[in-house]
Amino acid sequence: MAEHIPVPVPDGDSRVFWEGVAQGKLLIQRCDACQQFIFYPRFLCPHCFSDSLAWVEAQGTGTIYSYTVVHRAFGPFADQAPYVVAIVELAEGVRMMTRITGSEQDAVRIGAPVRVVFVEADEGVTLPYFQLN
Amino acid sequence: MRPDRIAAIVGVAESDLGVTPGKTALQLQAQAAKAALADAGLEKNDVDALFTAGNWAWSPNLMLAEYLGIQPRYADGTNIGGSSFEAHLGHALAGIEAGRFEVALITYGSTQRSDQSRNRPANHATLVEQFERPYGLPAPVGAYALAAMRHMYQYGTTSEQLAEIAVATRKWAMMNEKAMMRTPITIEDVLSSRWIAEPLHLLDCCLVTDGGGAVVVASARRVGSTRKKPVWVLGHGEMLTHYGITNMPDLTVTGAVQSGQAAFAMAGVRHEDIDVVEIYDSFTITVLLTLEALGFCQPGEGGAFASDQRTAPGGAFPMNTNGGGLSYCHPGMYGIFLLIEATRQLRGECGPRQVPDAKIALAHGTGGVLSSSATIILGRDA
Repeated sequence: MAEHIPVPVPDGDSRVFWEGVAQGKLLIQRCDACQQFIFYPRFLCPHCFSDSLAWVEAQGTGTIYSYTVVHRAFGPFADQAPYVVAIVELAEGVRMMTRITGSEQDAVRIGAPVRVVFVEADEGVTLPYFQLN
Repeated sequence: MRPDRIAAIVGVAESDLGVTPGKTALQLQAQAAKAALADAGLEKNDVDALFTAGNWAWSPNLMLAEYLGIQPRYADGTNIGGSSFEAHLGHALAGIEAGRFEVALITYGSTQRSDQSRNRPANHATLVEQFERPYGLPAPVGAYALAAMRHMYQYGTTSEQLAEIAVATRKWAMMNEKAMMRTPITIEDVLSSRWIAEPLHLLDCCLVTDGGGAVVVASARRVGSTRKKPVWVLGHGEMLTHYGITNMPDLTVTGAVQSGQAAFAMAGVRHEDIDVVEIYDSFTITVLLTLEALGFCQPGEGGAFASDQRTAPGGAFPMNTNGGGLSYCHPGMYGIFLLIEATRQLRGECGPRQVPDAKIALAHGTGGVLSSSATIILGRDA
């Protein structure tokens, strides 16, 4: 039996985000009080501690802040190596972990512009990946 | 140097190290605790405070105290990853200073190598981990690879410079009979070892071993009745900056900036006063980032600082003199071994690897994915 990737478990913080992903939208939060963007989603603003947060759709673009090419992977990921995991800084300024997907893996560089794509990473599990512009 | 002497390390010991099939985390800690108390010339019933960290029980303090037959009146199970034991020592200093106990036992034990426990990803990703785990970043090496890649991008740091650290550390291990890896390696060996997560090669990564250790801390009042000369805790600082690597504010700057400043200020010593340095080396990049953050060199200059085997035996900056996590042992959370080696260096017990006339040592732990930093400065009487 094939192993499955660790499945995100939607909860009171994350449910809206994953519902967005299922509809092809990248949703992040913005603080009503200090106007800063927030990711990952949470109950209060980590900047000003306001609990008045709104969901907004991100532009879906950003740049690669850092990345690694994973050669030794375990469990469900073992057969996928080598693959690129990155931290992407969105246009809104927040960072998220992701995969860089697409055919131009050798062109992956820090600072490279990327945009979101929604990929079915496992049976019934869609994740926001990014690809080079 | 700080005039007041509040608490000192009076006993240290390792358990069996390396591969210990059949042993448990409790056995390894009991073995180390017994040896460390003997080293101190103290008895089990002298211990009135217990410090441990691990994931082998829902309450490691409760299980271990019962197992050892100790009923401590003070306990601290702070778990901030591999730096927990530098934090424990700082907390023990504070507790002793507050008059809450006299003798603290700090232990660690793990059978992770025999268990093969590091290789199993969980089936589900909950809480904030759901935003990292599904992407397959191998923990913890992938996070350190992200930091190394960023440091290379920002400062031009090279794989050769990282390899210098692994090579120098191996030279120390060759002089430690307890070290697991004792054959010499070259920079070329590091660079030609297989990729784990770019830009980190196999030989940029720490060992995966079993093992345990124990440290006995006593109040100044009790130091007179211990067997060996005390190694005083002069300074302590700690800093927690993030949990997941995505949320590290700057991948090239660790919390050692703050923990180091606090420890130096408390100890009242300067960088040039430090004779020997034990720095958490989960990966070569961990050391490089820590050297910069502690202020031994400027941001971005860690690669140049570590070049020309500066940290090797005979070099200007003796570092990781037991062979480190890279070559001696690394049972998951390595921090306690930094304290053990620093103490032995200050006691002059290190034989062929002894740093001549070492009076002041710095031990720095890093936990999680560069998430926590804890710095300790130790000194002996002149």
